[in-house]
Amino acid sequence: MESSAPLVRLSGIGKRFGSGTVALAGLDLEIGRHEFVSLLGPSGCGKSTALRLIAGLASPSSGSIELNGTRSASHDIGFVFQEPTLMPWATVRENVRLPLKLQQRGDASANAEVDEALAMVGLIGFERAYPRELSGGMKMRVSIARALVTRPQLLLMDEPFAALDEITRIRLNNDLLELWRSHSWTVVFVTHSVYESVYLSNRIVVMAARPGRIVAEHRIDAAYPRDEEFRTSAQYNDYCRIVSKSLANAMDGT
Amino acid sequence: MNRSVIPVDPSEHSQRWLRVALPALIGVLALVGWDLIVRINNIPHYILPGPMRVAAAMVNDWSTLWPALLVTLRITFMALAVAVIGGVGLALLFAQSKWIEISFFPYAVVLQVTPIIAIAPLILIYVDNTHIALLICAWIVAFFPILSNTTLGLNSADHNLLDLFKLYGASRWQVLRYLRVPSALPYFLGGLRIAGGLSLIGAVVAEFTAGTAGRGSGLAYRILETGYRLNIPLMFAALALITLTGVVIFVLFTLLSHVLLHKWHESAVKRES
Repeated sequence: MESSAPLVRLSGIGKRFGSGTVALAGLDLEIGRHEFVSLLGPSGCGKSTALRLIAGLASPSSGSIELNGTRSASHDIGFVFQEPTLMPWATVRENVRLPLKLQQRGDASANAEVDEALAMVGLIGFERAYPRELSGGMKMRVSIARALVTRPQLLLMDEPFAALDEITRIRLNNDLLELWRSHSWTVVFVTHSVYESVYLSNRIVVMAARPGRIVAEHRIDAAYPRDEEFRTSAQYNDYCRIVSKSLANAMDGT
Repeated sequence: MNRSVIPVDPSEHSQRWLRVALPALIGVLALVGWDLIVRINNIPHYILPGPMRVAAAMVNDWSTLWPALLVTLRITFMALAVAVIGGVGLALLFAQSKWIEISFFPYAVVLQVTPIIAIAPLILIYVDNTHIALLICAWIVAFFPILSNTTLGLNSADHNLLDLFKLYGASRWQVLRYLRVPSALPYFLGGLRIAGGLSLIGAVVAEFTAGTAGRGSGLAYRILETGYRLNIPLMFAALALITLTGVVIFVLFTLLSHVLLHKWHESAVKRES
């Protein structure tokens, strides 16, 4: 790690919605550079809220958020939603180009960056397709390419593969790991799947609901690259068992 | 992308043919039936003329019908144009602030629910220029569907996409241009299709109300005039022209909608199954 300060630091974060619901209470979380951290928990535990706070899409009711050691909002973030969230009237290329267009980057370099992002997720040849012509998995690839086109330090993913079928999900999991390993990003990945979080992350943060809080953390010290062999190994099974138990405890406690 | 060639189902061809042939057949049968009723019952033409007589009137009196059609068309399209500018402009204003929308929307509704036939006489009294009075009447009727549809469309942008724009620090103008306006396009076009028909109705109703008071020379005025003179064949011809105009306007905007949306919007996408 080239800098001692964590990339993201949440201290004493509380979030109360207008309705009076306490989404988060006293949340402390640090995320180091190049980590792949999963936020795992039942629905209502505030894991998506935490992600939105990090992205600056919402502001906390109490506590502070630091990105790169400063409190100012950063646009150096990629965000992938649970839905592909594409503009249906725009082609794949225009969709991926959107963040650059909003940041008013010059055309010549922008074209190259869009091409690179499309290549990363295996979408070369689909540039001129419209979202409705693509399968669910392909749409999600477009969404990921769009998040990556600005080459962000931090990639936030909110249950991105939850709506996909298992085969597509496993393939995208593998591709995501491959990309994360070959580039120097940090990923915060929200999921409610124990298996997915163990397979992907090097750290799992287990959260509980009412109020949303962190109840356990697990390091997954399995070597990368992880592949089908890892998915069927005893080590993977052990981790899944431990994390499942931790999640079950979190849900009992509420 | 490679699109594989889909073998054409022969039944699809005959279906397309039937789509045109069946309604045409019904039309011909209705005309023949109409003609027979008039002939068999010996109905005088000043009560119900046969279709041939109406066609003859259309041809013989084309020199009076054509200028009348142009007058009605001009009022219809001018009213529609003003309705589009006003409706879209106001919708864009509403999109800037919830409070502007809350302040003004009730009055747009009041304008809409008041029957035009009831306020047309007032407008004709207050506005000296008959042409402008007609325009105002047609505009009042046509303007609301454009305003309400466009407002709905501008507000219906995907929430996650709005978040995404916020994440990248998009300006208000960028959100409007790249997100809200394209989201509103299908809604606007739906409103336009309704408004096109309504502005014709508005123009006709206003002409009727203006009656012989102005130098009214549109199709509706011709209908009134032929009624007084018991020139029923010409009345039918004028009526047919109004109907035809309405159909053409509808088809025109349906086509425009298809051209603009067929690549992406669900309403215009052909399903291959």
